Amino acid sequence: MEIIKSFINYISRPTVLFTVVLATFFFVFPPNNWFMKVNRKLRIYKIWSNKGGIVIFSVLLAFFLFGGLTDHNFQLIIFKPDNVPIIGLIFGVTFFLWLGMKQALENDERIANNEPVDEYYDPEDKVLVWPDLIYVEFIALILCSVFLTIWGIVLKAPLEEPANLADSPNPSKAPWYFLGLQEMLVYYDPWLAGVVFPTLIIVGLMAIPYIDLNPKGSGYYSYAERKAEISIFMFGWLGMWVILIIIGTFLRGPNWNFFGPFQYWDSHLLPALTNVNLSEYVWVKWLEQGLPKNIIKREIFGFLLIGGYFAFLPPILTLTIFKKYFEKLGTARYSVFLVLVLSLAALPAKMYLRWLFNLKYLVAIPEYFFNI
Amino acid sequence: MKDSKEGKESLFQKVSSTQIWRSIFRTGGIPTTRRQRMMGVLNNVFLHLHPVRLPKHAVKVKYTWCMGGLSFFVFLILTITGILLMFYYRPTVEHAYMDMIDLGEQVPLGIMREIHRWGAHLMVITVWLHMFRVFLTGSYKPPREFNWAVGVILLTLTLLLSFTGYLLPWDQLAIWAITVGANMGRASPFLGYEGPGAALMQIGDVKLVHPGADASFILKAGRFVGEATLLRFYVLHCIGLPFIIMIFMAVHFWRVRKDGGISGPT
Repeated sequence: MEIIKSFINYISRPTVLFTVVLATFFFVFPPNNWFMKVNRKLRIYKIWSNKGGIVIFSVLLAFFLFGGLTDHNFQLIIFKPDNVPIIGLIFGVTFFLWLGMKQALENDERIANNEPVDEYYDPEDKVLVWPDLIYVEFIALILCSVFLTIWGIVLKAPLEEPANLADSPNPSKAPWYFLGLQEMLVYYDPWLAGVVFPTLIIVGLMAIPYIDLNPKGSGYYSYAERKAEISIFMFGWLGMWVILIIIGTFLRGPNWNFFGPFQYWDSHLLPALTNVNLSEYVWVKWLEQGLPKNIIKREIFGFLLIGGYFAFLPPILTLTIFKKYFEKLGTARYSVFLVLVLSLAALPAKMYLRWLFNLKYLVAIPEYFFNI
Repeated sequence: MKDSKEGKESLFQKVSSTQIWRSIFRTGGIPTTRRQRMMGVLNNVFLHLHPVRLPKHAVKVKYTWCMGGLSFFVFLILTITGILLMFYYRPTVEHAYMDMIDLGEQVPLGIMREIHRWGAHLMVITVWLHMFRVFLTGSYKPPREFNWAVGVILLTLTLLLSFTGYLLPWDQLAIWAITVGANMGRASPFLGYEGPGAALMQIGDVKLVHPGADASFILKAGRFVGEATLLRFYVLHCIGLPFIIMIFMAVHFWRVRKDGGISGPT
């Protein structure tokens, strides 16, 4: 029992969890034909079948039952009233992901066989809103009301001690839907994690229909016709947003330290703070001299690195893997696309720089609150 | 029994043929013919948000997941429970917390706060899943690009509504969650006093952005989360944001119809 628990604790560490996700993600959601071939060969797509669904749900349910019944620390975090919706979210997102992908793959097969998709009916053969839609809506409303009422009776809304500005709880957490942003604070300063990235998420989401010029796959589930779009969206949504929320909610304890799902939230745990800025790496460690007084000179390597990321990476990408997109999208759309993709990739990039090199900031100018 | 079905009018038939009934429901009783059913939708201000006829896939839960409709319905539940809560809740540091306790213990049917809180969580989840469904079915593609953008705004507003409501119980959970969130404002580029570029916002010796005048101060109506913040969040939560979100919802629903109804294969 303890071995299983320590194993799960180990694999839920952000370093391990995120690496596993990153390594497997594009095989599960293939962005191009090569990944698709591997996906087919390894039969990964089978998880979107009925059998696969049963397996996914059994594993998920077994995990929560095992933890919920046997482990006190696990009970503490999952039964915290405000965390209950996130358990619902985990099951809900998994279910609808499975349902959507299942229909997408079924439609892909139909399209491959030159058959009309599942959603297709004779355009002349319509149904009346009254009664066909009204009834569906009515039943949905009743079920939803019953569900909320029972939830309201069974689970009390949380109310802690009266507000006290002199007594800050440890950890202080934002509401759960912002915990992905709070988790980003580990890697980026607030001006990026709390202001610039959220803005980019909103703008990026809004930009999707203006960047995606693929006319196929409109109005029905499909995967094969929109591989890259779905893959990128899933990476941003599941791979970053949802996972960061889960980490931020369940796995971050006092002092925002990481704790496995079966670990005791020890507020006296003090991990060593060994993070070092790039400027210190270069000037002090490698060139063995003091930091220059001049800020620009001090941070020049960070500026070069970030400049390179946004200046040299685009032409390389454009000439290689994104060549097709550049030709299809045109300069304006492609530029926006590239900025968004590079920003999306900037988060995992910084995560790994932190985990591998204990890198704190690429550019550190605390004098002007400008840290990257 | 047979007689009552064929010979006598049922009670409902009688009621629905009265002048009062017919003056309220323009189409009359239970619609049975195709024409009556169509008129029933057209003649009703609430139902005529729908088209009269739909393609078959559009009424399948498997396709729509019902998430857009449920988001709107949960919003209505939140409005109703929210109005009920406003009868008892006073947004002052002195009363807010005690009113929370009274809401559960003194008020009959004291689960309004529970339904409101869980409904708020549920709405975030349904809006999210609605976005996911719309993405997976490629329903944002032309001519629906703009409505997708409106949807993203609605998602943002949903999060803001939930966030502003989070402070109102005035307990430790509330005040510190909002403190964490609102402190982000301090780091806004140019507009927060701890943000990059804030030092540039200066005319001569006069600083335009400082702890008493920056994005975080605007959000909190003070340097700390306090009485003024509570009032500000209360007004935003109960009046300001619902007002804005209703405008965007109206646009969203209207555009669904104008952009050709629910998406589908052509």
